[in-house]
Amino acid sequence: MRKKECVAMLLAGGQGSRLGILTQKVAKPAVPFGGKYRIIDFPLSNCHNSGIDTVGVLTQYKPLALNSYIGIGSAWDLDRKDGGVFVLPPYAREKEAEWYKGTADAIYQNINFLDMFNPSYVLILSGDHIYKMDYDKMLQFHKEKGADATIAVLEVSDEEASRFGIMNADEERRIFEFEEKPEKPKSNLASMGIYIFSWPVLRELLVADGKNAKSEHDFGKNIIPQMLEQGQKLYAYAFEGYWKDVGTLESFWEANMDILKLKPEFNIYDPNWRIYSVNPTRPPHYLGSGAKVERSVISEGCMVFGQVENSVIFPGVYIGAGANIKDSIIMPHAQIEGNVVIEKAIIGRKSILKEGCKIAGKFVARKQEIVVLAEKSVIPSSVVICESVMPGQKINDAAQKEN
Amino acid sequence: MDVMGIINLNESEDFLNELTQYRPLAAVPFGGRYRLVDFVLSNMVNSGISNVAILIQHKYRSLMDHLRSGKEWDLARKREGLFLLPPAYSNSPMQTQRGDIENFYSNLDYIENSQQSYVLISGTSIIYNLNYQAAVAYHQAQGADITVLYAEKDCASDDCADAFLLEVNEAGQVLDMRSKANVKTTQKMSMETFIMKKELLVELIRDCIARGDYDFIKHCIIKNIHKLKIYGYQYQGYLARIHSLQSYFAHNMDLLKPEIWQELFFRDGFVYTKVKDEPPSKYFDGAETDNVLVSGGCHIAGSVKNSILSRGVKIHEDASVKNCIIMQKCEIGAGAILENVILDKDVYITPGKKLKGEASYPFIIKKGMVI
Repeated sequence: MRKKECVAMLLAGGQGSRLGILTQKVAKPAVPFGGKYRIIDFPLSNCHNSGIDTVGVLTQYKPLALNSYIGIGSAWDLDRKDGGVFVLPPYAREKEAEWYKGTADAIYQNINFLDMFNPSYVLILSGDHIYKMDYDKMLQFHKEKGADATIAVLEVSDEEASRFGIMNADEERRIFEFEEKPEKPKSNLASMGIYIFSWPVLRELLVADGKNAKSEHDFGKNIIPQMLEQGQKLYAYAFEGYWKDVGTLESFWEANMDILKLKPEFNIYDPNWRIYSVNPTRPPHYLGSGAKVERSVISEGCMVFGQVENSVIFPGVYIGAGANIKDSIIMPHAQIEGNVVIEKAIIGRKSILKEGCKIAGKFVARKQEIVVLAEKSVIPSSVVICESVMPGQKINDAAQKEN
Repeated sequence: MDVMGIINLNESEDFLNELTQYRPLAAVPFGGRYRLVDFVLSNMVNSGISNVAILIQHKYRSLMDHLRSGKEWDLARKREGLFLLPPAYSNSPMQTQRGDIENFYSNLDYIENSQQSYVLISGTSIIYNLNYQAAVAYHQAQGADITVLYAEKDCASDDCADAFLLEVNEAGQVLDMRSKANVKTTQKMSMETFIMKKELLVELIRDCIARGDYDFIKHCIIKNIHKLKIYGYQYQGYLARIHSLQSYFAHNMDLLKPEIWQELFFRDGFVYTKVKDEPPSKYFDGAETDNVLVSGGCHIAGSVKNSILSRGVKIHEDASVKNCIIMQKCEIGAGAILENVILDKDVYITPGKKLKGEASYPFIIKKGMVI
């Protein structure tokens, strides 16, 4: 293999347990987003758009959907002779077989993969954020500063700062302190979980960390603090723009709603920074007489006869006459029959909602809760659902009738 | 499947005026995100044909740009896959060319070297969604020399001008095949799709060339009706024949009927096309839609009725679009009014403009114009 300047390693093995029903069958990076995409499309498209052509995707939790989605990477132009996309699951060695024990361990266990390309720099990404970022600019910054590691940071409000890993840096952006979720944050530069390391430096650290039985093998908890301790050069690269951690149902729903705004902060329509994905082979969608669609996005292969407002509709969805969908996310191939009412819900793929049923969460402290229907849920006619439906959960006809 | 496919692009196309000024009929946009060639190509692929040749004629840059390696149709293969066969005049530029047989003849080595024993030949002007396997099985069961696909067509509602009409006996054998003027009854219309042994095709081509013949259907097929066993295989289902501006417009509009949308796009398999990675289409406050087909990447803030929108179309607020076909990346300015208009790619209608064609004769605006 030819030497690569920079190889990206995408950590895609996390369960994303806070997304609950959405990640019961698939890993978080494979969760559908934005009417057409999956979460992993964003970092992979960023790689393509930043000129990075070699990406290792580290998988562990429920990888089937993710692996088959990535394929050989053609959707992101990552099917290359020299480089391309590599799915890297944990594997057995002569004497032992281990799962990835932490973010740093996942990279450590794939040292031989990185050695194959012998890169000067390694870019560490995670598969659970929605954002557009030119990694090349960050790499230039890393090189200009002569850094050992560069951490992408985002300015957050003072209230939010205590939820993030906070970087305290001097005027030169050199980091002198790292605090994980501090009660009294000294700065508002939050780590985005995106790192560039000079590979020889990181390699040495990973080998040492691998032998340390006390380590949790985590970049944030072990590698970064150790580098600071050793006085290595860490810099904070300030990112400006939209960045959303879709780790919780609430933030996942909000990020979807964000693309519906009139002038969205997050623009998926920029032809110079296209978001690539595996395209569905479906015809243009059809809006019949009686369909009324406002402030929404609709994907290919849908048939709409009802009303849709402020919602995200994935490919192949059917929405019958008289149906009313508001503030919701409808995953691929869901069948919504006539006169169904849906408010602030996430409807799982291939769910069937029979004539006249209603899905709407309860109001808690004046705020409506999000209802999630697992994939392939079947909701009988005229039933009212105000709580999430688990995978395989049977809803009988009499259940939760309107009172 | 032991069948190779040949798509013959020697077809008339002048009737689409501006739309075929820079592209062959095969590359004319249809149904929002497709080109005419997508339908026959997808039919072949969905039938298990993995060796497909396209006999190109002229103006083929847009076609090549559309097809590229054939990957979207799963035809970018190590062996076989998609082949673009150059027309005869590129092989022997000093000779005048009279018909499509010369195109076959100048690529005869490719045809002879192909591994398959059967060949299925089709044009791109008649579109439908069909798995050819049953037709091939019928061809073999009948012991036919040639099988021609046909459909029953009511020539009163959709004119059959210049179509080849068949006479078929009870056993299914074709007795006559010709075009007729002014027919108004139900007819058996040839779909210009033929199945035969590859050996026979090679023999027919050589024979025609030897006699100075040049037209594949008229000379290779029709002249041999009494010498060969030619059978008709009846196709039943939706079929769109694009042979006039009116039929192009009407068949696009057919897709606004959900049962036809369902049939043409899903019946025997999916229809593949070039992927453009467009985001989902976005609807704004005040968007009004009634009976419309919308491809990816559109922005809709105005009113759209009975229309087909290709990828990346923008319709600004208070614009009104009615009975129109709007192609890729067109932009309709605020307050503009369009009725019975076909906009080719990249047209910009400035705010407030009014354009109106007739339902029986839609108005075509050339690619890239600013009105």
